[in-house]
Amino acid sequence: MSTEQHVAPAEAQEPELFENPGTEEHRERLGDVDPRYAKANERLIALILAVSALASIGSIVAYVALPLEDLWSVRNSTLFLGLGLGIGMLGIGVAAIHWAKTLMSNVEYVEERHPQRSDDEPRAVAADMMKHGVEDSGIGRRPLLKGAALGAVALAPLPYVVPLVANLGGDWNVGAFRHTLWGETPEEYSGRLPDGSLGRRLARDPEDTPIRATDVTNGSVFHVIPHGLNEHEHFYEEKAKAVVLMVRLDPDLLHEPEEKADWSYNGIVAYSKICTHVGCPVALYEQQTHHLLCPCHQSTFDMTDQAKVVFGPAKRPLPQLPIAVDDEGYLVARADFDEPIGPSYWERLQ
Amino acid sequence: MKALAASRRSRFAPALLVLLALILTGAMYAAFAPQPAEAAAGDATEDVEAGQELFRTNCATCHGLNGEGTDVAPSLIGVGAASVDFQMATGRMPMRNNSPQAEAGPPQFDAEQISQVAAYVASLGPGPAIPSEEMVDPATGDPANGLALFRTNCAMCHNAVGAGGALSEGKHAPALWDSTPTEIYEAMLTGPQSMPVFNEANISPEGKRDVIAYLMEVREPTPGGVSLGSLGPVSEGLWVWIIGIGGLIGAAIWIGAKSS
Repeated sequence: MSTEQHVAPAEAQEPELFENPGTEEHRERLGDVDPRYAKANERLIALILAVSALASIGSIVAYVALPLEDLWSVRNSTLFLGLGLGIGMLGIGVAAIHWAKTLMSNVEYVEERHPQRSDDEPRAVAADMMKHGVEDSGIGRRPLLKGAALGAVALAPLPYVVPLVANLGGDWNVGAFRHTLWGETPEEYSGRLPDGSLGRRLARDPEDTPIRATDVTNGSVFHVIPHGLNEHEHFYEEKAKAVVLMVRLDPDLLHEPEEKADWSYNGIVAYSKICTHVGCPVALYEQQTHHLLCPCHQSTFDMTDQAKVVFGPAKRPLPQLPIAVDDEGYLVARADFDEPIGPSYWERLQ
Repeated sequence: MKALAASRRSRFAPALLVLLALILTGAMYAAFAPQPAEAAAGDATEDVEAGQELFRTNCATCHGLNGEGTDVAPSLIGVGAASVDFQMATGRMPMRNNSPQAEAGPPQFDAEQISQVAAYVASLGPGPAIPSEEMVDPATGDPANGLALFRTNCAMCHNAVGAGGALSEGKHAPALWDSTPTEIYEAMLTGPQSMPVFNEANISPEGKRDVIAYLMEVREPTPGGVSLGSLGPVSEGLWVWIIGIGGLIGAAIWIGAKSS
């Protein structure tokens, strides 16, 4: 081997103060000195392998013998199949390792690594072949082919990559959170307000039955969806945006700014149920403190004070749904939310 | 007498004396301890009177002599018999200590006394009554509809199968494993403590019975294996990190250890 020009001198390889301790002194195992221990280990390994074999057979027996009738019998069948399979495989592994550790030779020795660099002659031959191949292809003399080949190769992955990336977002419409079903007022699901306009009725989730203002007693909490939501083509998408939580409080407790004074009705207030932090459904309502908690990150909103954040990582209050009562006594939304629901995003206020 | 004098110095004498003293103290306590006010069952008026007596002795300190409420406890006028039955049958009231919320425990009154107090409180103002046996019979409910209602209205606090969960500042939604159908119905109807009210217009009586049927259904053992308390990632994560990864580390150490 002609490696001497690449191996640095010994004194440069090792720091001066460090002495190579060499391999540890070989210590003989009990089995190496006493054949009785070796024999005992051999028997132990054989026993483990026998257990493994029995477990494998047991697994097949369980497969054949155990009936599959109801969920409990499926569970028993799966359990015994799995136990047999597991013990069978584990036994082989444990036996192999124990065999290697106790009976096979454990004398330490050093195996030198081959130098990675090839000898000079094959290197020269390989370089020659490469050069010859490039000349033969004529890539230097035919720039048109070079460009065309590069272009084709560069475009080939795009049919895979473009749909893959585009499907990630699904919908690039960033304004989707601005509008919910509360802004749509089909005749059959809406009620007429005193001023003649239509408002979408509030309905119970999941029954989709409209709610009368008199149904909402003090301390009640209603989980609300737009009436007729269940008939919508994109039921889940619309539900995820439009869910609302409605409670009735003592009107004296409510703090309402002048411009939102008519957004509640006799102490009934309705807020979006989508957390302004990362969009979990905020639904843990504590009746006595009037606090609404988010189960994901414990953001806490004060229902008496415009759903203001009183604790946790959320940064904005929950959007309020302006409500009123129609000519038949049902609660309706006077308009859609006046801001996008859910977590903040860059284009939110565009 | 002489034998008694001699055995005075026996090493068992102190233990015997302590035992005698304890029995004597117990007997004296039983003889002189104040008895909780009791009254025999009778017609409605008698029940109300007996209930008022019990109320004055056991509840009035906090709730006021006529249940009108004080700074420390709410008014009971109009809470109804259902509320009293729930609070007293689950042992939450009379409240044992000043904690973030009244904890459930062994009831401190028997069923008759509770019904008397309930009759008295119900007489203070109209409120929800105790549901009948038939209204809370899980056998007549539809567990599938109960699941849909529970998922929307209850699961966020009480966990998907009613294993309970945390609220703010030491309060918590209790586990529902041991609640009776009547207690579950009463809790929905009256909204005890932090829990909001789910009146009959919000979840109909049939809906409430469906919820009860669902909760009874999830108490059945599941063929899916060990539920680890149905607490989700907390108990499952503990299991994986301690038993699972611990087992892998143990196996790695055994494989790497030299044989003796």
